[in-house]
Amino acid sequence: MTPRPKFAAAARPALADTALRRALADTAADARARRAAAVAELPDWPALRAAGRAVKDRTLLNLDACLERLERAVVDAGGTVHWAENAAQAARTVVRLAAAAGAGEVAAPAASVLEEIGLDGALTAAGIAVHRTGADAEFPAGARVAVTGVDLMVAETGTMVALERAGDVRRCLTVPDALITVAGLEQVVPDRADLEVLLQSVSRSAGERLAPVVSAWTGVVAGDGPAAFHLVLVDNGRTRALADEVGRAALRCVGCDACLHVCPVYERTGPEPYGAPHAGPIGAIRTPQLRGVASAANASLPFASTLCGACADVCPVEIDIPEVLVRLRGKVVDARRGRPVPTPELAMMRAAAWTLTDPHRYEAALRGGTRWARLLARGGRIRRLPGRLGVWTDARDLPVPPARSFRVWWRDRGERP
Amino acid sequence: MTSRDRVLGRIRDALGPARGTPVAVPRDYRRHLGAGRADVLALFLERVAGHGTPVRHVGADELATALAAALWSRDVKRIIVPPGLPSGWLAELDGVEIAPDAPGTAPDAADTVVTGCAAAVAETGTIVLDGGRGQGRRALTLRPGLHLCVVHADQIAGTVPEAVARLLPSRPQTWLTGPAVAPGPSRAPSPHGPSALEVLVVED
Amino acid sequence: MRVALFVACFNDALFPGTGRAVVRLLERLGHEVAFPSAQTCCGQMHWTTGYHAEAAGLARGFAAAFAGHDAIVTPSASCAATVRRDHARILRAAGERDVPPAPPVHELTEFLVDVLGVTDVGASFPHRVAYHPTCHSARALGAGDRPLRLLRAVRGLELAEIPAADECCGFGGTFALKNADVSVALVADKVRHIRSAAPDVVCAVDNSCLAHIGGALSRQRSGVRVLHLAEILAGDGA
Repeated sequence: MTPRPKFAAAARPALADTALRRALADTAADARARRAAAVAELPDWPALRAAGRAVKDRTLLNLDACLERLERAVVDAGGTVHWAENAAQAARTVVRLAAAAGAGEVAAPAASVLEEIGLDGALTAAGIAVHRTGADAEFPAGARVAVTGVDLMVAETGTMVALERAGDVRRCLTVPDALITVAGLEQVVPDRADLEVLLQSVSRSAGERLAPVVSAWTGVVAGDGPAAFHLVLVDNGRTRALADEVGRAALRCVGCDACLHVCPVYERTGPEPYGAPHAGPIGAIRTPQLRGVASAANASLPFASTLCGACADVCPVEIDIPEVLVRLRGKVVDARRGRPVPTPELAMMRAAAWTLTDPHRYEAALRGGTRWARLLARGGRIRRLPGRLGVWTDARDLPVPPARSFRVWWRDRGERP
Repeated sequence: MTSRDRVLGRIRDALGPARGTPVAVPRDYRRHLGAGRADVLALFLERVAGHGTPVRHVGADELATALAAALWSRDVKRIIVPPGLPSGWLAELDGVEIAPDAPGTAPDAADTVVTGCAAAVAETGTIVLDGGRGQGRRALTLRPGLHLCVVHADQIAGTVPEAVARLLPSRPQTWLTGPAVAPGPSRAPSPHGPSALEVLVVED
Repeated sequence: MRVALFVACFNDALFPGTGRAVVRLLERLGHEVAFPSAQTCCGQMHWTTGYHAEAAGLARGFAAAFAGHDAIVTPSASCAATVRRDHARILRAAGERDVPPAPPVHELTEFLVDVLGVTDVGASFPHRVAYHPTCHSARALGAGDRPLRLLRAVRGLELAEIPAADECCGFGGTFALKNADVSVALVADKVRHIRSAAPDVVCAVDNSCLAHIGGALSRQRSGVRVLHLAEILAGDGA
């Protein structure tokens, strides 16, 4: 299998596809307008954002206790909790549980965590058919086992909550034999009162007053729904992200997708160049943290942003995505510092820093650089730069630096009376 | 060592000295609408109607008649009712077969269902079912046929926080806000959602 | 008032006219301008490109160069944001504890409106002008309508409104090189929106974004000029 290309290369097909660009722009414009209207209706939106952020920070800084409390509550309600260290173990666990329930087929509505653990492949390999229900697929009438993701889990009561537009998870809650819910560790919140915040902020961020279908399920209920409930808690890199005091903010994410639809980069490239399962600004900070930055593709993700900040403005849990992007850029650079031969960029950046930390060296470089740049000028502008800088002038001119820098002008001007 | 121990151990290592840091949640968001009962009711009626859901507001003594009228107007010959539905609601039905829901059976997809609810939310135009008395199991209200839902005026909370506080989280809750829609910008009706909801708000 | 000018290295080399305009403007308003000569660069490029250790040296150098100045003004919103928001992060990332507050840097329009309390600076600029709210001015600093209030008070100036004005121009520092194709796609849309407003001049409070937008406008031989807001307010942009 060829490795996924870096973001810049992976973005080219989408950039060249004008029909896709138009569709992405239309989708984004619709989502932005709907979100703006839904949020503008609330006088207390800033307070809900601050509360949502605090709820998730409270969760993350007490995650071990929170998960143990969740586990107790789920067990007390008649469910079973399974822990998975990585994607493969999570998928194996689900397959084992489905097989033990005697399922030849399972219903499994699309969910990013199911995509993350590669569930479809694992089930198919085990001879279990997967019905990926959705808008264009009927729910399998005879399904006795279902596998779902979840949006929020309440530690206090062991309650799972799904916010949906189409209602596929709601269907899954009526299968007779077993319901298997897969969740990332960070999807828990401590208390039932936290729902009153996130139900609102997630829904409004998705452009709804409230998600059209919200389902809450807790363990097993006699006479209503599956006879067995299993919760599979997945780490798969989340504890790695948790270890970074800045980067852990990414684990506040509640999956509303608001950041995607305001991102100027995502609007031009679509989801593909980000790789699965998370796209857009949140994908650019989640994927490198969950997977590490060893691969060139993942290492390129934190750089796939202009740092314009539109994402941070809309995030319902106040994730400062640009701050985390910059943090991760530092990690990518640091991972390359140890190479025997410095990257050209590192050499250039070191030289620039060496020059800029000393006013005299800076001024000498200013003079030299200005002379050099003025040699490239034609007709009052620079139309072609050499080397790696040439990508600028492929589509953009560069102004010619004036012969006299500001500081030289200032000095020449002399002391003011 | 189990995976559970390893994952919890990784969390503790990852958090280091930050582990257990108390975080206060500022709950200065709105809990109530600051409106009287009449305004809350009016808002609920407006929001439900805004979703394209037929909604009527009737007096307590009109409910049975209104329910019967709603069924007659749709030419409904048979309804399924959950356990515990107040019998008075169905007092005016004539020529309509009333079938109690029986767990384990799969009711006809086209059947009409009459239920109560656990709560409602004015600001969002939401009804909440939680499997309690007169609401039935989840499967009952998950069919393409008509779902007639009776909401008592005093069940209508102004805001989501009020409704969350009224509900028991351990119950099997379903919150319905407008018709379910298919994913994507088309906003076509979902094949899995209840296709026809009708709401009767009854004054106490 | 004695005001220290942080001109920003990018302006120093490529847009000295902007620095001169700030000096002229502040002096016209009766203030004394100082130019601490030890200033170089705020470290923004190193920080945002991931060279954090290098950025720390520049942040320390900045604090030293401006030590003792309590009113610092810069015609670069992104550099103002770097100092105010990021210098503490840079120093913490470098392992410093008890990081001192960053020097009090004001972006020019904030300084004029909030500190000096003026919106009419006595400028005249008889042209049709579009204002592009750069991401750092609009989002990182929250400049709001300050630049527009200043522009509305300029004699003879006709404001043109750019559609989708708050969308990024696609510059993003080294993003423009590392993701050049996406960057060009963004600036193409920005330029299309600008041309639909038919201005003579596009102005902003970040010359980096203006160089990006202007580079594309120039390549298209659009005839639309880019100009820093300071040069309009200094009244010599005609």
